[in-house]
Order: sequence, then C-alpha cells, then structure tokens
Amino acid sequence: MNELSNRSRDIGEFVPQPDDDMIVCRCEEVTKGEIRRAVHDGLWTIAEIRRYLRCGMGLCQGQTCAKLVKGIVARELHVSPALLEPATSRSPMRPVEMHVFADETEDTDL
Amino acid sequence: MTGDVIVIGAGIIGSASAYYLAKRGYKVIVLEKSDIIGNGGSSRNGGGVRQSGRDPRELPIAMYGINNLWPTLSEELGYDVEYHKKGNLRLGKTEKHLETLKKLADKASACGLDVRMIGPKEVKEINPYLSDEVIGASWCPTDGHANPLKATLAYYMAARRLGVTYITGESVQEIRKVHGRARIVVTNHDTYEGEYIVLAAGYESRRIAGTVGIDIPMVRKLIECLVTEAEPKMFEQMLGTAEADFYGHQTNHGSFVIGGSTGFELYKKDNGTPVNYSDTVPCICRGIIRYIPRLKDAKIVRAWAGWSDNMSDGVPVIDTVSEVPGLVLACGFTGHGFGIAPGVGTVVSQLVAGEEPVCDISGLKYDRFYAKDVAKK
Repeated sequence: MNELSNRSRDIGEFVPQPDDDMIVCRCEEVTKGEIRRAVHDGLWTIAEIRRYLRCGMGLCQGQTCAKLVKGIVARELHVSPALLEPATSRSPMRPVEMHVFADETEDTDL
Repeated sequence: MTGDVIVIGAGIIGSASAYYLAKRGYKVIVLEKSDIIGNGGSSRNGGGVRQSGRDPRELPIAMYGINNLWPTLSEELGYDVEYHKKGNLRLGKTEKHLETLKKLADKASACGLDVRMIGPKEVKEINPYLSDEVIGASWCPTDGHANPLKATLAYYMAARRLGVTYITGESVQEIRKVHGRARIVVTNHDTYEGEYIVLAAGYESRRIAGTVGIDIPMVRKLIECLVTEAEPKMFEQMLGTAEADFYGHQTNHGSFVIGGSTGFELYKKDNGTPVNYSDTVPCICRGIIRYIPRLKDAKIVRAWAGWSDNMSDGVPVIDTVSEVPGLVLACGFTGHGFGIAPGVGTVVSQLVAGEEPVCDISGLKYDRFYAKDVAKK
C-alpha cells in the first residue's frame, strides 16, 4: 500500500501544457500529452501506461524513453519517481528472426 | 471501507463485472493484489474472441458477447479495444486433425453456431499466406480478436469513471460471513464490507473461496506468448490449429501476437513469477513457420509468460453459492476467459441483482464436480 494504491485519490484536473505534442517514445511516437492524459484516466503504473499507449514497446523496448516516461508520470501523480516500478524487461535482448529462434536443436525439421 | 459490492480481482473479469454493476448504480470497490491493474492472464493472452473450439457449456455466453457486446464495446467504454470480427480458421494438416476439428465444429453447430469444415482451396481463399500442408480447417466467420491490454484497461478506466473505487496492493486473506452471509473481506492491510462479494481472482480464487469452505478444483498452468515487430498487413482472421502448435493474429499495430505450447505447461517450475522457458519460444516459432512460411524472417521483439487458472473440466465457474449467500464466483477460465469477459461481466451483474442471467450458464455451476464413478451416472 502506498500513494498509488487508492486509484480514486485526487490528483487534480488535467491541465494542457504547451509541449504536450512533444514525442517522448520515438519508436511508437507517443507524446507527452498522451502520457499525461493516460495518468488522469487512471493509469498510474509504468506497466499500465506501456500496455495502453505502447510507449516502450517498440524496437528499442523503452531503452530510450523509460526514464522520461517515469518522470512525466511521477510529476503528474505528485510522487517520487522512485515509487514507480519500471516495466518488466523481456527477452529477447534484441529483436531476433523467427527462423533463428526456431533452429535451437539439430533435429528440428524445417 | 464499505460498498454495495466488493469485487476481488482487477483483471478483465473483475473490471467488466465492476463496470456493469456500477452502470446499474451499485457502489463497487475492487481489490487487487498486484500493484498493476490487469496484470494476470488479462494482459498476457492471445486476444482471441472466439466461439469455435469452445465447450458447449460456455458457448452460450461466448455467443451472447459476440452478438451483443463486442461489436459496440469501444463506443460503450470510450476507448478503442481493437475488436475485429473477421473469422477464425482452426487449421489441420492430417486426417486426424480434421477429425478433431470436425467433432468440435459439429458440437458447436448443434448449439446454433455458424461453423463449418472447409477444404484447402477455400482455406487459401480466406488466407493466401498459409502453407500448402494445410489440408482443411474449421471456419467460423463470426469469430475474431481484440487487444487484451486495451480491453482490460478500457473496462478499468470506464468503471473508474463511473465511480468504482480500485485499491491495488491489497492481498485478500479471507472472506468472513456475518449472520450466514458473505459480507467482510479481510486483506493484508484493511477490512472491507459489502452486501455482495464477487470472486474473480483467477487461480487465487481457490485459496480465497476455501476460507468460506468452497473448493474450486483448478491448477495453474504456465502459458507463453510472443510478439513480432510490425509487419505489412497480411490477414485479419484469428488463427488456431488442431494440434495447438500456435494461435494468434495480426494486431492493428502490424505485429503478430502468437501463443503456443510445448506440452510441458502443467509441469513447469513455479517460483512465484511467470517466466519464459528457453524451449517454448523456439517451439512456437517452428509452429508458426510450418503454417505461415512467410513469417520466418519476422523478428521477435518480446516474449512473456502468464498463468492460466485451469479447471479440472476445462470450463469456468460462474455462479452464486447456496452455502454462502452473497458470494458470486467468476473464476477458472482455463486460458480462454478474455473473449467471454464482456458476457461474464454482464451475467455477474445480473447474479448480484438477483435476475435470471441473459444466457444459459447452467453448465458452469460451482457444485458440478463429482468423482468419476458418480459423474458418469
């Protein structure tokens, strides 16, 4: 239980900002305004934001924008960024072709 | 904290139930063990919204949702859930496969579903990317797929807008009865009270139901999925196979979301966190390449695992409980709950309101489990 547990906690109204059109996740072209809006719609964790907006789900898997997204979400929620768990890192470490993955044993008949 | 209804579990089943209950004017509190909304099977499944291949006992609720709820769900919730109703091919490569598929198709046809067996030529007309090894399929034109991440969160956001209170990080320890009725939910931090309690906590439901003396016979099973980078648009159907080598679809984004199995799903080590096994993604990839050769150069960007709550007889429990008035069960979806979630949420709200469910759920009772010699009678 912490400041993020009760999803009805009042975080104030969404106030438009001049740089809301700025792209934060370059792979999936997600803007700062979309991320801020999602927080006001109730998405208070990095995992939820990522699943809903796809920021951090592109080719770089969030290596570029993860910190930026965290900062934006934390400011919107008035909490320390340290409170926000990063999204789970997932295999593979970099994109791998299906036929490479498929060829793990000598007996596979493809 | 007190409400009219306490929902345990903020997955798509719990959130859909909360949404339809709030729409009827109930004050709803949803308790979620994880810090993240929809962090179980709801966000980890392959996105199938299908009727074909289902057990006849859960077919009515699947058909109700596809006829009445899914087509307008994005408008209803105010968020795009990426629903596509473009059919489902369940593919076969051998005569034995076709036999399996035909049996399922015949059973579903008997329940009034438009599903039929088609030959290789018609399969190719529907999906030209499939391998020549495919000798037939079952075809259900009203099946489809949606985005489980978005649909789950859309129910949550819509429920929250209607005033539903969500508390995350609350692990339910027990349900307590007051004057013979389920009324109090004790968590690791607090106590909640409601006229009704909806138990939609996936596999955890077994332990929680056990605190009021009800056992739901299920085990958890590790299921793994993968997603490719965005590919040019190829096809819109949902795909599955008789062999269960893989299932999946191409998303709006262009990526392919595909799940599959190795045969060891029930026997993987359980250290408390669902993790990918090194043999599963390769096995799924081989399955895909054998059915859709064109995808062999597609790059996999991510793989993940999740647990499904597998009932001993393969269909969920959606029911009230005569020994525990006030308790409504909605759990044990066995890896195919996503597609029926809108129907389940609707039915749960009806069970709480004391109404006759809008579709037949008589095969999904909590007290249907008997030893095999008794069940056969």
